[in-house]
Amino acid sequence: MESAVAQEHSCALVIEPRTGYVQVGWRELWAARELFYFLAWRDLKTRYAQTAIGAGWALMQPLLSTLIFTLVFSYLAKVPSDGLPYPLFAFAAILPWSLFARSLERSTLSVVTEGGLIKKVYFPRLIIPISATFINLVDFAIGFLILIGMMVWYQVVPQWTVLFLPLFVAVALLTALSVSLWLSALNVKYRDVASIVPLMTQLWMFASPVLYPASLVPESVRWFYGLNPMAGVIEGFRWALLSKAPPDWSMVSVSLGVVASLLIGGVMFFRRVERTFADVI
Amino acid sequence: MGSGTAVRVEGLSKRYRLGATHAPDGSLAGALARGVRQLVGRRAAPPPADDSLWALRDVSFEIKKGEVFGVIGTNGSGKSTLLKILSRVTEPTKGRAIINGRFCGLLEVGTGFHPELTGRDNVFMSGAILGMKREEIARKFDEIVAFAEVEQFIDTPVKHYSSGMYVRLGFSVLAHMDPDILIVDEVLAVGDVRFQKKCMGKMEDVGQHGRTVILVSHDMPAITRMCSRAILLNKGTVVEAGPAHDVVNHYLHAGHIQPCAEWPNPAQAPGNDSVRLRAVRVKTETGQVTDVIDIRKPMRIEIEYDILKPGQMIVAQFGFNTEEDVIAFIVNDRDPVWYRRPRAVGRYISTAWIPGNFLSEGTMVVGGGLFSEDPWHEHCDVPRVVGFRVVDPGTGDTARGDVTGRWEGAIRPLLKWTTDHAPF
Repeated sequence: MESAVAQEHSCALVIEPRTGYVQVGWRELWAARELFYFLAWRDLKTRYAQTAIGAGWALMQPLLSTLIFTLVFSYLAKVPSDGLPYPLFAFAAILPWSLFARSLERSTLSVVTEGGLIKKVYFPRLIIPISATFINLVDFAIGFLILIGMMVWYQVVPQWTVLFLPLFVAVALLTALSVSLWLSALNVKYRDVASIVPLMTQLWMFASPVLYPASLVPESVRWFYGLNPMAGVIEGFRWALLSKAPPDWSMVSVSLGVVASLLIGGVMFFRRVERTFADVI
Repeated sequence: MGSGTAVRVEGLSKRYRLGATHAPDGSLAGALARGVRQLVGRRAAPPPADDSLWALRDVSFEIKKGEVFGVIGTNGSGKSTLLKILSRVTEPTKGRAIINGRFCGLLEVGTGFHPELTGRDNVFMSGAILGMKREEIARKFDEIVAFAEVEQFIDTPVKHYSSGMYVRLGFSVLAHMDPDILIVDEVLAVGDVRFQKKCMGKMEDVGQHGRTVILVSHDMPAITRMCSRAILLNKGTVVEAGPAHDVVNHYLHAGHIQPCAEWPNPAQAPGNDSVRLRAVRVKTETGQVTDVIDIRKPMRIEIEYDILKPGQMIVAQFGFNTEEDVIAFIVNDRDPVWYRRPRAVGRYISTAWIPGNFLSEGTMVVGGGLFSEDPWHEHCDVPRVVGFRVVDPGTGDTARGDVTGRWEGAIRPLLKWTTDHAPF
């Protein structure tokens, strides 16, 4: 526990029941950043062990989805796509959406998955869902190369707005984290959560402008639509990269507000219940 | 807290809620239903009062810097709970512990190992989880691998390791942590005899370098040899604390098992008007009362009784149970000289001779009784009247051979083995 206890080296560490408000423990979390790196590295190394096409699987899912959505929504249902080629329109949304959905699913299960560790050794528990969220950036990066390829194919040149791209990627991750902090902690006691999440992400996708542009949503209710943080993220991502329809900023700011409050509440909730993890898992 | 104190534990208690995770109300639906009931104003049923278990109750002790401190007790006595609290895996319900210095708690060797990763990767992974810095692990890497003796396989995924290699590498990472306070649970029961000795040496080294070690073990000789002081836990409370030797003796003798039970006063002895039990004794082959038997050596158990009415056919019986209360075997007196023969009044001692290389290691609890077989009549039957420990000296000439670690079975005979071989 060197890193975690380093700052307590001179003074004594007191172990006693925690009551009431629990601190986030930023210093401890920061001191354990190497563990965060190691957990992520281990997951990456083991995820595609003994698979034939390895990281190719990371591309399979978004590519297949794009193909199917293009067939169904563009050719059959004639859904508009803000003047963009529909495959590009869809893929530019499926990519951040997959980042969010995979992060949410992995992170929700992460605490129970690492139950063996939690029962055996102490380290800041917040590391687990954080690591399980951020690791999905790797699959995202691979998919992003495909997206660049598609942009070259369709001859779409990004504008200055591309500078905003990291912001929307970050918000996608934080949204996943903010929700999964609640769900991963709840999943320790109520395993029902694990079954609810795939259902939830599926419904959530249709509530987000993945397959259709947000411009289809009536302007008067768009701020309400923004209560879904992923609505702002996906619109913003498309805008930053493809620079067609600018996002509704009131919608984006509502999204940011929702993420911030979910995140703060999630961290506090997680810290409150984490003390019982080892007893309940 | 004095500067010479490494760990101070004050009134530490831990309550577990039994069935909290399995009760129907532990489900999400149950929790929601409770919430709804509360919302609509109907009071949720209070949880049953006796659904909790105090795994640890008001435990206090102090460990000085540089001390090797032993924690002993039977299974379920609260040892693991104490370790879990000290290593911060779980939180106490009451009381507190103050820890002075960098500590490392390890409840299992190979913590953080992933089967798909190579030995090299796992050293870094496990080290990071135990709190070592990457740079620190890199510096000690060669030493860790050399100690574990897995140089050849360090780039092989550990799922292909033998259990011995796996455990050696796991222990080696732990042994190179250099913490001020090291908490170890039973890791000594790993690997082969030679590696076990190496581990013990390493642990003693740690102790001699001014570091504090908390050792939890069933291995009483190890506790007496390595620890200066110890505590004995029973049902979550400290039963005895003091010099390790005394505490170990207390554990082995008082209250738990005794090699000899005697009833000097016939009026209080088990039995009836025709037969009275007077004593049961565990003895070595040569007749000394003992509570520790070398697994290789024959031994005997004797039952002493008075026959008060003449003409009865009395049969003595012993039942051998393991520590987990599994019946190993039951034997009745079949001494051809006395079997089916009416006996005269007087004192008798019947002795059962048990061959060497037959019993299993660990504690044997023996019950004794006196019966008439035809018609069946029980004169007395005293369960758990005496007990003794069977130890394997680790010399390699027993049924265990050179294998270490857990070995199941209520008995462990050394059988005759033969091999037929046909060369190609």
